[in-house]
Amino acid sequence: MMLPMAQDMTVPSATSDPVKPSHGIEAIKVNAWFGVKHVLKDIHMKIKPRQVTAIIGPSGCGKSTFIRCLNRLHEVVPGARMEGQILLDGADIWELDPVMLRRRVGMVFQKAQPFPTMSIFDNVAAGLRLNGTRNQTQLSTVVEESLKRAALWDEVKDALDKPGTGLSGGQQQRLCIARALAVNPAILLMDEPCSALDPIATAKIEELILDLKKNYTIVIVTHNMQQAARVSDETAFFLLGELIEFGNTKQIFTNPRDKRTEDYITGRFG
Amino acid sequence: MPGTYRHRQRINAIAFAMTGLCALFTLGVLFFILGYVTVHGVSSLNWDFFTKLPKPVGETGGGMANAIVGTFKLIGFAALVGLPVGVLGGIYLAEFGQGNTIGFLVRYAADIINGVPSIVMGIFAYAVVVLPMKHFSALAGGVALGIMLIPIAVRSTEEFLKLVPMAIREAALALGLPRWKVIVRVVIPTALRGLLTGVLLDLSRVAGETAPLLFTAFGNRFWSVGWLNPIASLPVMIFTYAVAPYEDWHRQAWAAALVLLMIVLATNVGARVLMRKQVKI
Repeated sequence: MMLPMAQDMTVPSATSDPVKPSHGIEAIKVNAWFGVKHVLKDIHMKIKPRQVTAIIGPSGCGKSTFIRCLNRLHEVVPGARMEGQILLDGADIWELDPVMLRRRVGMVFQKAQPFPTMSIFDNVAAGLRLNGTRNQTQLSTVVEESLKRAALWDEVKDALDKPGTGLSGGQQQRLCIARALAVNPAILLMDEPCSALDPIATAKIEELILDLKKNYTIVIVTHNMQQAARVSDETAFFLLGELIEFGNTKQIFTNPRDKRTEDYITGRFG
Repeated sequence: MPGTYRHRQRINAIAFAMTGLCALFTLGVLFFILGYVTVHGVSSLNWDFFTKLPKPVGETGGGMANAIVGTFKLIGFAALVGLPVGVLGGIYLAEFGQGNTIGFLVRYAADIINGVPSIVMGIFAYAVVVLPMKHFSALAGGVALGIMLIPIAVRSTEEFLKLVPMAIREAALALGLPRWKVIVRVVIPTALRGLLTGVLLDLSRVAGETAPLLFTAFGNRFWSVGWLNPIASLPVMIFTYAVAPYEDWHRQAWAAALVLLMIVLATNVGARVLMRKQVKI
């Protein structure tokens, strides 16, 4: 299941040995701001490796901001800043080059964004090719492998040279997942990956998530509580920038400890 | 409330008619200019106009071949001076100058230079190029137009790059690509046709400038060799010929105006065609 050919992409550090050991994430007192707006307040959270962690909460509660801190995409937005510590396998991500960090922590966005000028093949190959991999056979292998993992291969294998933007919404999202997988990350962040998809495409992505967690640590932000219940092992509930409750998914949904969590999942507000 | 609905309908009708009339007026002015120049220009336009040099004063006939070539030479040199700075500056503004002080200052400066009367650009080029070299030259004219081009190109490049959604940049960054590669390999290719369209429109805007050329390129009734001699250009020729007291020169000024208009129009239409093939974002 490994993509050994993509190994040269990962960071040469003690943790990047071929068996991908833990790759858990620990957030310690993470605070984030957009300008003067305080959007994340003292988040402590330990994300376990090789399982699916869901983040739920009403709009504007900081869920997306939180996962964007994990790959340091938050700081790309003008005026945005973050404080606190995030440990990736015990190493502070602020001591890593953000470019290197993002090769280990991949991301899938709410709206599928295939690169408009690139074919399906080029989209998946983009991460490797633009970082200097020229070997065509290697690229072909990685593209095929990634598309298979994203459960898209059978649908596009005869149309690899067609533009990625010509695919349907669900296919585009799986293309973006394949593109993220191609650089062989250890962690996959998913920011409401199904919110723009119909139920059938959603089911496909969810199936895929369950399959991927054998090899990847997955953090998924979702508005859909059924989805969180279906795919995740642990669930975190965010409200107004605070982490209200975090624990086993079954426990959160059947026996929440906090009144606010209960109110949210039973639909009393949101 | 008696008559409220009728009243609203009447206001609507009046507002609709006024906006419609203004739109028609705008279109009318454009076609009037085009038509007027065409009617006056076409009768004087002949093969000689494109192939011959101007005749000496007092003789009829001749053409403006040197001015046509001169205009293209000047635009070419202006592009060489203005586009690299303008386009790279625009890339900086779009990619690194959003919401920070430097970006604000550069954008503000560009807008101010954009608003400076073009004759001031001419004086500037006269002071920094013509005076030290001690004579008028194609080079000085090109520099004057090139400086005018910079702020225009900065802004058009920025606008077309900003059309590329932030999400595409983020998707590329999330793959672990360095910022410069995201810009060079993802953002610019996505906006490429838009950028080319912008450049063409920018060039067509400076192509018609007269004032910056008056005391830089100056003008020339013969072929101008190289870059260090005074050079003829269509706008300056139009100016010179239109104010001269000879009937034949007036005819030729109309012909020159028509040719200049056609060059600008062709560039604009070319830009439109390019833009139509822009990838959908």
